[in-house]
Amino acid sequence: MEPCRQVPVAFTINGRAVSLEVAADETALHVIRDRLLLKGTKEGCGIGECGACTIVVDGKAVNACLMLAAQLQGRNIMTVEGLIEKHELSVLQKAFLEDHAVQCGFCTPGMLMSSCALLKDKPRPDKGDIVDAISGNLCRCTGYQQVVGAIQDAARRLFGEKA
Amino acid sequence: MMRPKATYVRPGTLTEAVDLLQDLDDRCKLLAGGTDVATELRSGAIRGRCLVDLSALPELKGIHEAEEELVIGSGVTLSEIASSAGVARGAPALAKAAAVFGSRQIRNMATIGGNICRASPAGDTLPPLYVQDAELELTSSSKTRRVSIRDFIQGPGRIDLKAGEILKCIRLKKAADFTMHRFDKIGNRKALAVSIVNLAGLVALSPDGIIQRIRLAWGSVAPTVVRSSRVEAFLTGKPLRMETLDQAYPLVQDAISPIDDARASAAYRRRVAVGLLFRLTTQQESPDSIMDIA
Repeated sequence: MEPCRQVPVAFTINGRAVSLEVAADETALHVIRDRLLLKGTKEGCGIGECGACTIVVDGKAVNACLMLAAQLQGRNIMTVEGLIEKHELSVLQKAFLEDHAVQCGFCTPGMLMSSCALLKDKPRPDKGDIVDAISGNLCRCTGYQQVVGAIQDAARRLFGEKA
Repeated sequence: MMRPKATYVRPGTLTEAVDLLQDLDDRCKLLAGGTDVATELRSGAIRGRCLVDLSALPELKGIHEAEEELVIGSGVTLSEIASSAGVARGAPALAKAAAVFGSRQIRNMATIGGNICRASPAGDTLPPLYVQDAELELTSSSKTRRVSIRDFIQGPGRIDLKAGEILKCIRLKKAADFTMHRFDKIGNRKALAVSIVNLAGLVALSPDGIIQRIRLAWGSVAPTVVRSSRVEAFLTGKPLRMETLDQAYPLVQDAISPIDDARASAAYRRRVAVGLLFRLTTQQESPDSIMDIA
């Protein structure tokens, strides 16, 4: 085993198997946006503070800007493009639209991925769970109330009333 | 002139990793979660280094609970610590610190070993480890040694990690004989805040409210975490009341040496360091230090 400048990686993204070579110091975010051309994932701050680049890795929300591309090896990745179901927006995305949880939209992919990871982990979250789940996602437009409401709505539609 | 390019390697076992480190020079950079290293690569603080990714080493994973001891792998994430029943039993203050660390996304990646080796004066896992006199187990290809966290962390970013060594795990004596386990943090906001001051506290109270044993560790008020035997000795045997804590004010001021920085002034830190001590008289952490419900 030798350190190398170009690292071969194989992983699954939105159900599709991908293998490519990445630079040693390249981020997962760079590979997703500029190599795989999945531009839904946004680069905001680039240092893990805004959450716009949130993706779901093996079921957990992480900042793609803080993950090395080489660390994608063997992982199962989901980006906002993977939310779509049979050419239709998912229940969560529809709830965001209908509840006006989207204004400029820059934070939305990250908000969606954080809430998608939450709902997989906890189908009937209370408000505190939701606030906690999106506390690493900054939004400068909505004031968050609509986002929290949309996630509550989506949870209700998907899994029924909260116990 | 060509700049040296970064390289990357991900050993699969601890043996492979320590053998590899033996052959690499000191230009290698160890990483586990990678969250700090990614920002350093972006800012250019590190470039052209050999990145040694320890995230695949099974020996660094897992939390093991024994009768009196808790062993936490250095590669355990903050999320895993926050949700571990073993940590909740054996090191509740650490569990609380892990729960308010960074953001959900960062907690899912960042490891306790990374937070220790970063040796930031404001590192949130450090005060809880200091109050439990954590021992760190370090492994190289030739030997394994143990060192206390107080000796391991020498200054901001300065640690006693020798060339070829890897932090394997953290050993804690369970803090079962304390009645209060606290972690309080003051930051600019609740999520994603670098602590302006933090305080871990363990207190054993008698039924009539007398402090039988107390351990306190402040973060972000000196180059390294502060534990003061004078403060602890002064408070032992006294009732846990505001008046008693107030009498400790000058001793606390002597023990700490905060600086002015972008987040807060030294003067503010001096007041808050004592303010957090006063919070020991309340039953629970202040609402500031737990997730608020909007």
